[in-house]
Amino acid sequence: MNQLLSVGVDGLIYSAWLFTAALGLTLIYGVMKIVNVTHGSFYALGAYAAASLTGAWLARGYPPMLSYLVLFAAALVVAVLVAPLIERGILRFMYAKDEVVILLITYALFLILEDVIKLVWGVNPYFIAEPYALLGSFTVGGLAYPTYNLLLIALALVSGLGLTWFLRGTRVGKLLLAVIHDPEISRAMGINVNRYYLVTFTFGSLLAALAGAFMAPTVSVVPGLGVEIIVLSFAVVVIGGLGSLPGAALGALIVGLVRSISVHYMPEVELFVIYFVMAMVLAFRPRGLFSLAEPRKI
Amino acid sequence: MLLAAGPFIPQWAIFIITIAFAKGLVALGLMLLLRAGLISFGQALYYCLGAYAAGALGRFMGISDVLAQMLAGALVAGFAAFILGFLLAKYRGIFFGLLSLALSMILYGLLVKNEALGSTDGFNILPSTLFGVRPGPEWVRYAVLASAAIVSLLLALAVHRYLATPLGRLAPAIKDNEIRVEYMGASARRAVHVKYVIAAVLAGVGGALAATTVGHIDPEMAFWTTSGEFIFITILAGTGSVVAPFAGALIYGVIHTTAYDLSPNTWQMSLGLALLLIIVFLPEGLWSMFRRRYARHP
Repeated sequence: MNQLLSVGVDGLIYSAWLFTAALGLTLIYGVMKIVNVTHGSFYALGAYAAASLTGAWLARGYPPMLSYLVLFAAALVVAVLVAPLIERGILRFMYAKDEVVILLITYALFLILEDVIKLVWGVNPYFIAEPYALLGSFTVGGLAYPTYNLLLIALALVSGLGLTWFLRGTRVGKLLLAVIHDPEISRAMGINVNRYYLVTFTFGSLLAALAGAFMAPTVSVVPGLGVEIIVLSFAVVVIGGLGSLPGAALGALIVGLVRSISVHYMPEVELFVIYFVMAMVLAFRPRGLFSLAEPRKI
Repeated sequence: MLLAAGPFIPQWAIFIITIAFAKGLVALGLMLLLRAGLISFGQALYYCLGAYAAGALGRFMGISDVLAQMLAGALVAGFAAFILGFLLAKYRGIFFGLLSLALSMILYGLLVKNEALGSTDGFNILPSTLFGVRPGPEWVRYAVLASAAIVSLLLALAVHRYLATPLGRLAPAIKDNEIRVEYMGASARRAVHVKYVIAAVLAGVGGALAATTVGHIDPEMAFWTTSGEFIFITILAGTGSVVAPFAGALIYGVIHTTAYDLSPNTWQMSLGLALLLIIVFLPEGLWSMFRRRYARHP
C-alpha cells in the first residue's frame, strides 16, 4: 500500500514538472502550428538563468525565502529577452513554409542556442540546492518528500488553470481562439495576428523557462538539459494531442505515472515505456487522446 | 580514383571519408523519403539497429567480416522496417516524423537499460576483417574504406535505377498530391512502404559501416540528435541526385571537424547557422547550385 502511495506521489510530482514544461509547447503548436524544438533551449536557458541569479542572490545574503521570486524573475528575463528576438527576428519570415520545414528551422535555432548557453555559462555544472531544502519536508506513507515539490505542483496547476481561464474567460483569450481557428479570417476581422503570435511565442517560452528555473534547484544544471526535455515534452503533447491543453495535462499524468510505476517495479524499462506509450497513441489515435475531428484539407 | 589514391590518404582523412560514406548511405535513404515529402526524425533507429547487428555478429558469433556486417545490418534494419512500415506508411507530415522519433527513442530506451549489450556504454567491435583475412594494422582502415566505397557505389547505382522506375517516380507525385496518385491507380501507401524499407536498409548498412569504422557502438546512435544529424546532411545535400547525400555527408564531416577543431564549444552553432542559411537561401540543397549553373549554360 505504501509503495502504491509513493508511486502515486512520485508520479504526480514528475507529471507536474512535465506539464509545466510541455504546456508551452502545446500552446505554441495550437496557435502557430509550429512544432517548436527551441522549447528545449528555453527550458535550459531558464535553468541556467535561475542558477546564476539565485546563486548571486544567496551569495549576497539577501533573504533566502525570496529566492523563489528570483527563480520566477530569471525565467521572465530569459523569455522576454530571447523569445521576441527569435520570433520577430527569424520565425515570422518562415510562417509561409511547410510545418516540417519550420520544425527544421527551430531545430537549427536549438543547435545555435545550445552553444550560446555554453558560451555564456561554460560547461561546468551549477548547483543551487538552497531553495530545494529551505521549505522542509512533508511525509506521505512514511516517506519524506521535500515540500518544494508542492511548489512544482502548484506551479503546474496555476499555469494550467490560469491559461484555461485566460482562453475561455477573457476577451483577449477568445480573440486568440479565433486566431487559432482561422488566422486569415481573424486578420480580415481586424485582429493583429502577428502580435498574437509574438505574445503566444513569448508566453509559451516563458512556461518552458519557468519549468527549467523551478527544476534547477533539484538537479545539477549541466549542458544537454534541453536535449532531454524536448523529446519528453514531445511525448507528452503527442499523447494528449498536439495543441490541446487538457491533452497536455492527461499526457503529463500518463507519462508521469507510467514512469514512476516502472521506476518502482521495473526500473529497466523506464525510458522504453514512455516512448512505447507515445508510439501506441500515435498508432491508434495519431492526433492524440484529446483530438477533435479535423476535416481533410486537400 | 579514390581506391587508387587510398594508400596515400592520411589515416585521419580515411576515417572521415569512411564515416562520410556511412552517413551518406543513411542520408541517401532519407533523400528517398524526402522526395515524397516525408521527413523521418527517427532514421537513427535503423542506423543503430545496423550497428548493433554488426556488433552482435562479432560478439556472439565471432564474425567480423566487413561485408558480412553490412549484410547483417541491411537484413535486420530491412526486416524491422518491413514490419513497422505497415504502420508508418499511413502517416504523413509531422505525424510521420513524430512516430518515427518515438520508435527510435524506444530502441534507445531498450538499449540504455540492456546489460547484455553494455547499456549506456555500448561495447567494442572486433577489428575488421575482409573475406576472412585480417589486414595489417596500417591497412585495416583502407580495407574498410575500399569496401565502403564499393558498396556505396553499388547501392547508389541501385537507388539511381530505382528512381527511374515508375514506383520511384511516384515520390514527387505523392508529395504534391496524393489523391491524384490514388486516382492514377497507384498505391501511395505501398510506394511509401517500399521507400521506407529501402531507406532502412541503406541506414542499416551505414550503421554497420560506422560501427566497424569506429570500433565501438553505444545507444547514443539511436538518440534523436543522431537522427537530427542525418536530416541535417540530407537538407544540406538536397534531393537532386544520388551523389548529393555522399557529398553532403563529406561536407558535414569537414564542417564538423573544422568547427570542432577551431572552437569545441561552438561547433553546434556553426551547424545550426549552416542549416538555417540553407533552408532560407537554398531550399533545394547545395546540389541545386550545380543544377542552376547547368540550366544557365546549356
